[in-house]
Amino acid sequence: MRRWASGRTDQRAERTLGALAVAVLVLIGAMLITVLVKAWPSFAHNGLSWFGPGGDVDAQLRAMGENKALPGHSIYYFRAWPLIWGTLLTTVSAVLIALVVSTLAAIFLTEFAPGAIRRVLDPVIRLLAGVPSVIYGLIGILAIAPFINNHLISNSRKASVQYVVQLNGADLMTATLILTVMILPIMVAISAGALAAVPASWREGSLALGVNRWRTIWRVSLHTARPAIVAATVLATARALGEAVMLSMLSGGRGFAPNLLDGVTFLFEPVRPLAATILQNSEGLTIPVLAHTVYAIGAVLLVSAALLSLAGWAAKQQFKRYGIRA
Amino acid sequence: MSTVAQGLKPPSGSAVARSPREGTASWPLADRIGYWLCWIVGIGLCLIALAIVLFMLVKGISYLRPSMFVESPAPSAVQSQSGGFLDPIVGTLIVAAVGIAIAMPTGVAIAAWLSEYRRPAWLARLVESGVEMIAGVPSAVLAIFGLLIFARGFLGFLSETDAGGTVSGKSFFAAGTVMAILALPLIVGSTREGLAQLPDRLREASFALGRTRITTIRRVLLPAIRPEIASGTVLGLGRIIGDTAIITIVLGLTLTNEGVGHIPVISTLRGTGSTLTSYIYANSPAGEGSAPQKAYAAAFVLLMIVLGLNAIVTRLTNHGGPAAERGRAYRLLRFEWIPWTR
Repeated sequence: MRRWASGRTDQRAERTLGALAVAVLVLIGAMLITVLVKAWPSFAHNGLSWFGPGGDVDAQLRAMGENKALPGHSIYYFRAWPLIWGTLLTTVSAVLIALVVSTLAAIFLTEFAPGAIRRVLDPVIRLLAGVPSVIYGLIGILAIAPFINNHLISNSRKASVQYVVQLNGADLMTATLILTVMILPIMVAISAGALAAVPASWREGSLALGVNRWRTIWRVSLHTARPAIVAATVLATARALGEAVMLSMLSGGRGFAPNLLDGVTFLFEPVRPLAATILQNSEGLTIPVLAHTVYAIGAVLLVSAALLSLAGWAAKQQFKRYGIRA
Repeated sequence: MSTVAQGLKPPSGSAVARSPREGTASWPLADRIGYWLCWIVGIGLCLIALAIVLFMLVKGISYLRPSMFVESPAPSAVQSQSGGFLDPIVGTLIVAAVGIAIAMPTGVAIAAWLSEYRRPAWLARLVESGVEMIAGVPSAVLAIFGLLIFARGFLGFLSETDAGGTVSGKSFFAAGTVMAILALPLIVGSTREGLAQLPDRLREASFALGRTRITTIRRVLLPAIRPEIASGTVLGLGRIIGDTAIITIVLGLTLTNEGVGHIPVISTLRGTGSTLTSYIYANSPAGEGSAPQKAYAAAFVLLMIVLGLNAIVTRLTNHGGPAAERGRAYRLLRFEWIPWTR
């Protein structure tokens, strides 16, 4: 540690700056405590079945909004499974697709892209990262969903599930595809940074042994950059988990759990994750019971985000070994 | 990795890439498929970006009218009579100004403490993780947390209190403050990055002249990293301008900006309103307005603002300051520079 001349003003300054930094921790503590306290009644009334399946989520939320309990249930009755299932489906599938695509894109960017294309791809990635999610949502709901509705979903397919759910193109597939595009940039950025930081001598060693370039990238570069790719995946998962606006616009206002047994139709069924549900019920936050439920959804997201950030930290500990910063 | 080696050599061992004999013809089929997949994905990304920009450009130009910039939104089902988006643009500016006014000084101060003081060390590490965690919190959760805080009785002076004594908690003050939390990690990250790059001799020279640490920070270090602070701020700005969830929940979503009270500026800040993002959301089929033409026009304006901010960040990070000296090829691709959650 360096030693400095330190006067009284300096001590005061250190304390002030330190207090601001500690305020960050206070903020996190306050967030966890207030949200959990506000959410508690919902968890307390439902127990662990809060997370389980049971009935129509929308009907339950509507009942809370109108302050009329569903027959045979308490006013707090809430089963979040369709929302949780929707979150898992969109997040996991988007992250998996993005993982493959971003790895290929990062390899392309660092290894194969000619200078001209690389110069185009850099701003393209920053552009994709910068487009606000409401614009992605707008394009999804006004351009892609009608296209899918008119060209990809046959009338017989619509008829096959019409008693359960309306198919209109605002569906799991569209939501997942757009979500993938939204989380790609960060994954490409981190992976490309890590690939570029792999020591050239390591790859040259592999090439000198007669291994071709693709195998070298696969075995040496990707292997070295693995912790960074893991960290990128964690960050992207956090982003996909928290995405509310685009998914709320594309969910068709229906908290439906897409059913795997429906075969291909599954892809065309509407889906609404947890974060989008918060947004769609934000008008009802003045109604106490509904507010408790919405805050419970928020608490689930908050705890998941905290766990993910912990996972990201653990992944980062590994890169230090390779001297790769991400 | 030494930065010198990276500075001298283009990334990715291009020396190997340019070897004339190295073609893909001799590779096994699986490897060649991988190679072509890389090309497809790379070109595909460019095409997606191109499609988004062109689509918004065509829609924006065909629906945008100059009058939209000067008219307030009006409640009407007919798109030709529902006015423009003057209020949302003003709202965007107010939220961005409030958010940055809070986030920038706080962010720079936290970064300065993290880089220059760091005592006790365990606390500094904890704060670092805390900042990272804040970056990962979904903005919808930040929004409902903000609403909870600002609806407390003792903060009633920052928003509207109705006849029954209930504090609404929805105002430009509230939205701006919550937005500041959103922008904070970007500003902290960018400032720390800048401070970490400064050579120790700058600090030592300043100490040798008998300056205290805080004077050194204020007079020597912070001026030297102005481009980094600026780019962090612009990134934070981009994130604030692009966020919808916080606006929807904490700004009240009124059609026009409605003041509370009679003091000119304060009344607007205490009042509710809307921004471009919430205007687009409300006018999309998902919202109540359902006026797609207005939504497209506003989205075009928003996209242009975001592209402009993007260009500023590129300039800031490309030119001047210690950033350029480092010559790190993939600097711009580092994730600190990407507003990855909105």
